[in-house]
Amino acid sequence: MTMRHIISILMENEAGALSRVAGLFSARGYNIESLCVAPTHDATLSRMTLVTHGDDQIIEQIIKQLNKLIDVVKVQDMVDAPHIERELMLIKVQAVETSREEVYRLAEIFRGQIIDVSESSYTIQMIGPGHKLDAFLAALGSISVVEIVRSGALGIARGPRGMAVPEA
Amino acid sequence: MRVELSGGQILVECLKAEGVEAVFGYPGGAVLHIYDALFQQEAVKHVLVRHEQGAVHMADGYARATGKPGVVLVTSGPGATNAVTGIATAYMDSIPMVVITGQVPTHLIGNDAFQEVDNVGITRPCVKHNFLVKNVNDLAQTMKKAFYIATTGRPGPVVVDIPKDVVDPKVLVPFTYPETVALRSYHPTVKGHTGQIRKAIDLIVNAERPMVYTGGGVVLGRASELLTQFTRLLNYPITNTLMGLGAYPASDRQFLGMLGMHGTYEANMAMHHCDVLIAIGARFDDRVTGNLAKFCPTAKIIHVDIDPASISKNVIVDVPIVGSVKSVLEDMLPLIADAGGAKQPEALAAWWKQIEQWRAMRCLDFKTNGEIIKPQYVVQKLWEITQGDAYVTSDVGQHQMWAAQYYGFDKPNRWINSGGLGTMGFGLPAALGVKYAYPDEEVVCVTGEGSIQMCIQELSTALQYHLPVKVVSLNNRYLGMVRQWQEFFYSGRYAMSYMEALPDFVKLAESYGHVGMRIEKASDVEGALREAFAMKDRLVFMDFQTDPTENVFPMVPAGAGLNEMILV
Ligand SMILES: Cc1cc2nc3c(=O)[nH]c(=O)nc-3n(C[C@H](O)[C@H](O)[C@H](O)COP(=O)(O)OP(=O)(O)OC[C@H]3O[C@@H](n4cnc5c(N)ncnc54)[C@H](O)[C@@H]3O)c2cc1C
Ligand SMILES: Cc1ncc(C[n+]2csc(CCOP(=O)(O)OP(=O)(O)O)c2C)c(N)n1
Ligand SMILES: [Mg+2]
Repeated sequence: MTMRHIISILMENEAGALSRVAGLFSARGYNIESLCVAPTHDATLSRMTLVTHGDDQIIEQIIKQLNKLIDVVKVQDMVDAPHIERELMLIKVQAVETSREEVYRLAEIFRGQIIDVSESSYTIQMIGPGHKLDAFLAALGSISVVEIVRSGALGIARGPRGMAVPEA
Repeated sequence: MRVELSGGQILVECLKAEGVEAVFGYPGGAVLHIYDALFQQEAVKHVLVRHEQGAVHMADGYARATGKPGVVLVTSGPGATNAVTGIATAYMDSIPMVVITGQVPTHLIGNDAFQEVDNVGITRPCVKHNFLVKNVNDLAQTMKKAFYIATTGRPGPVVVDIPKDVVDPKVLVPFTYPETVALRSYHPTVKGHTGQIRKAIDLIVNAERPMVYTGGGVVLGRASELLTQFTRLLNYPITNTLMGLGAYPASDRQFLGMLGMHGTYEANMAMHHCDVLIAIGARFDDRVTGNLAKFCPTAKIIHVDIDPASISKNVIVDVPIVGSVKSVLEDMLPLIADAGGAKQPEALAAWWKQIEQWRAMRCLDFKTNGEIIKPQYVVQKLWEITQGDAYVTSDVGQHQMWAAQYYGFDKPNRWINSGGLGTMGFGLPAALGVKYAYPDEEVVCVTGEGSIQMCIQELSTALQYHLPVKVVSLNNRYLGMVRQWQEFFYSGRYAMSYMEALPDFVKLAESYGHVGMRIEKASDVEGALREAFAMKDRLVFMDFQTDPTENVFPMVPAGAGLNEMILV
């Protein structure tokens, strides 16, 4: 059965690390819904969070193939354990006459913040798991969207433990 | 005393420290500093090829025969791109290799400089790993890592891209070659999991219709003797993939021949009907499995492989064991002895009886036809005359399959061919690489008139370095393997598979300074081979005019199961 997985990757912070992961996914025909990369508190590592879909066999291959990349230090499928997912979305919508009121109300309900206002638009910032952001978009109904920027999902395990780096 | 060396000198010192006997390469602007450093020493030899693809295949042949990593040196831009086919070939067959490519100076990278290509980018999908060295102080460490990665775990090619300024002879830095290397992100598993091994042993000894299926991993892992002990101890039937031939002696009764698309009837039928399949260092390639839905329908499958990603990739297995063939077989042997060996002697006897019936079909028999030279016959005679003990390389096509089917290899590392990528042009340079490693051994390249023309220029290298291999060309005047598929699956529409305007190979060989022979009659085959092999120190090119209509049998057509072979 095809499921959505959030995969966290710790990689050596080397030039080209991102292209190794992106290249692997395109070469093997795996799908990537989103991919986020940034440095961590350890300057030698970068952390990638990748959202993909696949059945168990494909996800198993994805994890094995990621582990096979020499620069990959650690791979974890967040879905294996309790975790928190967050994504940031910035969305600019048309806000004129009656829709101004309605957008404001919807943003409120979804705990979004209006971070920019113009005569004819609102820009809303919203943080949450992907499905919450999707629900907000659905709720907008006929309100017309000018622009959407999403960060892609980030994931972190619940509880005291972090992703451990193995010894050399 | 602190030693200060230039990047070029450091590179040479690294190669010495790794015990590299020779580098196969071709010079150019970006690697001139390196060539200058190579020139000023004797320890590391250099073989000048005629095309960079040839350099990589030579290093590859050298590596496959010796088990040591092959080393290549090419220049930036076209030198590096010419090497790519060779690198991909080595990658697909997991061959240990270090390829050093020149790069434009660091300050020019990204500027579309003269002879610049993004070599790390181009080779990324066909290497085990690659590096761009941006600082001469990182060079020694990087070379150490490159050799370590190439030769451990599942082996593979590693590219080290070196910008020209990094090997500037005017820049001297302290040098020490690191004695060890450790990477926190790379820990190949060698020892198999004890619990998994016990589970496997339980299935193995209780099998009623067992089958051992082994591949290139046994050759790469130098575990051929252990495999032979294991198989004999159990008295189980065994088959090898194209890449695994020689890992178990072909002349042994328990050996059923190669399996897969052009495997034997007995091997494929035994695969299809077995109840326990013991897969060792083989990767369930589509040429082996045929239609996956019909593959080994009644078998519990055990799979030993050093690369976890090979396991359950194409075929989901019941007992995965990640580890090296050697270590796992070492662990298994005493456990089998403890268990008292195979436990189903009656079932096993019945199973062997069934297998002997399949074997009695004699699926590799072929019809001779007067003086027409049958390619299979040439290979049989080659085997006789070399006493089955030559190193045989091949190219890609029908001749490759005939070499695999009719030259029974009793020892590992002697059958050298491009299986995964199927690279025409591989055979001749690979043979030269083998001959370089083992000058006293008989080395033969079995090729076709199509393939040989893809790297024929290396005949010149053979003369320069005195590498007297024997070339056995099965010249059917067709891209035979293509023609065969067109005959079977395209109603005989032979689109562009006919070789018109072939050169006179005898004259061609002669113009390169070698001996050429053209053989047109079946009754001349043996004499010609004897004559050629008597010329110990000459490269002899034997152009056998073989039956143009001969096809490779048996064959599992696309989409069929292994039990659905075409026999003739
Ligand atoms: C024209 C043509 C026709 C072909 N027809 C056939 C055919 O009929 N039959 C056939 O078999 N092939 C055929 N092939 C070859 C086929 O394409 C594959 O290359 C081949 O089947 C793969 O062999 P293998 O499974 O032994 O894997 P290899 O490519 O040799 O891979 C080795 C496996 O062993 C593992 N390994 C490596 N080292 C170790 C170690 N130390 N310990 C444990 N595991 C290790 C690796 O991880 C890998 O999984 C054909 C090729 C061509 C070009
Ligand atoms: C570089 C490359 N190009 C194309 C192919 C496709 N191909 C596979 S076999 C073959 C024909 C080989 O002809 P020849 O060398 O004469 O061998 P034969 O099959 O006739 O024995 C071709 C074109 C290939 N394997 N490699
Ligand atoms: Mg031909």
